[in-house]
Amino acid sequence: MNEAGIRKRRARERRFLFLSAGCAAIAIFALAGLLASVALQGWRGFFSASLRVVLHLDAEVVGEKGEGDALAYRRLIKRAIAERFADAPRGDKRKLIGLFSFSSAVQLRDIARANPERIHGRVTVWLPASAKAEAFLKGGDDDGNGNAWRLMPYLEKMRDDGDARVEWNSALFTNADSRDPESAGLAGALAGTALTLLLAFLLSFPAGVLAALYLEFFARRGRLFSLVEVNINNLAAVPSVIFGVLGLAVFINWFGMPRGSPLVGGLVLSLMTLPTIIIASRAALQAQPAAQAEAAMSLGATKMQAVFHHTLPSAMPGVLTGAILGMAQALGETAPLLIIGMVAFVAEAPSGFADAATALPVQIFLWADSPEAGFAERTASAILVLLFFLVLMNAAAVLLRQRLETARG
Amino acid sequence: MLFLLWLFAAAFVSRGIARKLAPGGGAHGYDAAGVCIFVGAIAGGFFAAGTLPFWIAYPAPVVAGIAAAFSARGLNRRRAQERLERHSLFVLRLAAGVAVVVTAGIVFSVAAESFRFFQLVSFWDFLFGLEWSPQIAIREDQAGASGSFGVAPVLLGTLLITGIAMAVAFPVGLFSAVYLSEFASRRARRMIKPVIEMLAGMPTVVYGFFAVVTLSPLLRDLGAALGAEIAGESALAAGLVMAMLLIPFVASLSEDALAAVPDSLRQGALALGATRSEAVFSVVLPAAMPGVFAGALLAFSRALGETMIVVMAAGVAATMSVNPLEAVTTVTVQIVTLLTGDQEFDDPKTLAAFALGLLLFVLTLAMNAIALRVLGKRGRRNE
Repeated sequence: MNEAGIRKRRARERRFLFLSAGCAAIAIFALAGLLASVALQGWRGFFSASLRVVLHLDAEVVGEKGEGDALAYRRLIKRAIAERFADAPRGDKRKLIGLFSFSSAVQLRDIARANPERIHGRVTVWLPASAKAEAFLKGGDDDGNGNAWRLMPYLEKMRDDGDARVEWNSALFTNADSRDPESAGLAGALAGTALTLLLAFLLSFPAGVLAALYLEFFARRGRLFSLVEVNINNLAAVPSVIFGVLGLAVFINWFGMPRGSPLVGGLVLSLMTLPTIIIASRAALQAQPAAQAEAAMSLGATKMQAVFHHTLPSAMPGVLTGAILGMAQALGETAPLLIIGMVAFVAEAPSGFADAATALPVQIFLWADSPEAGFAERTASAILVLLFFLVLMNAAAVLLRQRLETARG
Repeated sequence: MLFLLWLFAAAFVSRGIARKLAPGGGAHGYDAAGVCIFVGAIAGGFFAAGTLPFWIAYPAPVVAGIAAAFSARGLNRRRAQERLERHSLFVLRLAAGVAVVVTAGIVFSVAAESFRFFQLVSFWDFLFGLEWSPQIAIREDQAGASGSFGVAPVLLGTLLITGIAMAVAFPVGLFSAVYLSEFASRRARRMIKPVIEMLAGMPTVVYGFFAVVTLSPLLRDLGAALGAEIAGESALAAGLVMAMLLIPFVASLSEDALAAVPDSLRQGALALGATRSEAVFSVVLPAAMPGVFAGALLAFSRALGETMIVVMAAGVAATMSVNPLEAVTTVTVQIVTLLTGDQEFDDPKTLAAFALGLLLFVLTLAMNAIALRVLGKRGRRNE
């Protein structure tokens, strides 16, 4: 017909393909950017720096049995580091203690109290470096805030002498939260998350599965039924922050449950995951062949027996997959926990459901808000820990789904 | 772990106790007793021993369980089975009722607190007031007399941020879906789909961190280079990051809509000599439009209720501004700022958060209801 027209249409086709592929590429680019930005900062938080110092455990300062307070031990460290750089100018000498974290004095006290026989003697100890020193030792050339630092030459000297090392940051997993980034850890947040999710699962899983069974097999189809159905679908799309508001008004204000506790957190998250579990369980139950239950009933089983002994067990992998995905969603949920007060600074891991606690994503939010330089990389590390657990849960769900498919297969 | 073991042991022992107390109660009776005591143990574990809730939560299910074991005594198998079924059905019904109770609980609790708020602040002032400054210190003796609670600037900020997010996410998500369902090879599909799903599964606090640490500084530097001043908590940064969250949402819902278009329509267009893009534009997309529209509505309602990104990346001060380079605030940000920290439940500051919550709930519920209705209708038509 006409050549030019066809060429134009082909060009338009190519343009359109390019455009739509480009849009898909934007999505991939967004994920890559997100992960790269987290990972590039996060790996540093998994390492911490410590400095070696030789010091005299002077009984006059800390007492015969090491009973002195942390400030006394801090004086010891101050004295020791000033001795090490004996020829430094006076002004610098006084500031050298800034190389060490505040937690170093506490750590030294613990060492001294555990080994009272070494008091009076000289000991060589590795003590945690301050956030500024850590930023430098991990390969920065400033203090983490972009400022040059007066103590840098001394730190360089220590590094060259082998008195500074960067090692695996186990404190990140054994310590609870702290005001100092170098000694802040996730132990408290992980315990809080574990308690909260355990409760949420214990409540929402049985309730969700039983509700799905009722709706699928026993409920009479009618007005009321479709009302419940619409209600559940809409509940799944209610913003999560609203669940927090509900929890605050009902559980905390009316029932007087302890604020910021895993108890309230677990209750709120269980209400949130309930619709997800109901919907997933119903889908899994629907996928089971009706013949299975019918065969059981023809052999004399009641409907209840057929459903509980045959349909539910064989739908279990699908039900569990849904439950795991629901829990993964609950794991990353932050907003409702903010509202019910799980945002307080909690320096100890919770020991029960009624203790004040934080959760992993809330800890991330808190650290992201902290101005100290060392917290940025630890926030990113915490995100990596969170993502690790999410990947773990999703992998479990995928494995279950695969097993389900091969079993049917 | 120890806690769980203890629970199982408790359930086992309690079954034994029930058997001793009520001999001849039938296996189901013992199971029921065991389960009830198990529930009691869990419930009791939540409260400190010795407090009133502990004494209610712990023994009540235990007593119920033992009573169940007693009452099942002396029934023959058939009667016992019938009774078990009746009770099971009751439990199932109860479980299904929980979901309804939750919705009712949301509506009732949020509405009740909002009602108290509207006794202090007029409803019309709230809805149409042009100034929002709840943080003004209120003296003890004049509660509710000062501070202004006009929701307009807050809503405007919310719409600005979600508008930016939707303006980016809708076309990108829709075209990604078109690419995936109409153009991509099987292999490309298998590789790209999980990536998009991962983007959807990312906790929102991670997006917030990305906005604060990476995107906002980037935009600020970019703005400085171009001679525009971009605030650190600009609506643009929050909107763009929220768009990242919405892209997978729009993409997967649009893909569902595209997949629901019968293949015969597509084939027919191609058979008439249309190129693939012409088939998509003039046949497939129009047919999929209701589904795409519903998906967009769901995404929009999700954006309205999204909290962490805006709490971290958007501002707190409410301004009547539509400039994307300035900091604006949103409904969810206000809820969080008003409700974190100490609350007093007779202070309009605290109650205002419930009114905002009610507003948000009603808005998102309306949008979801419309979207789900459209999707449900389509589902029935295509069956």
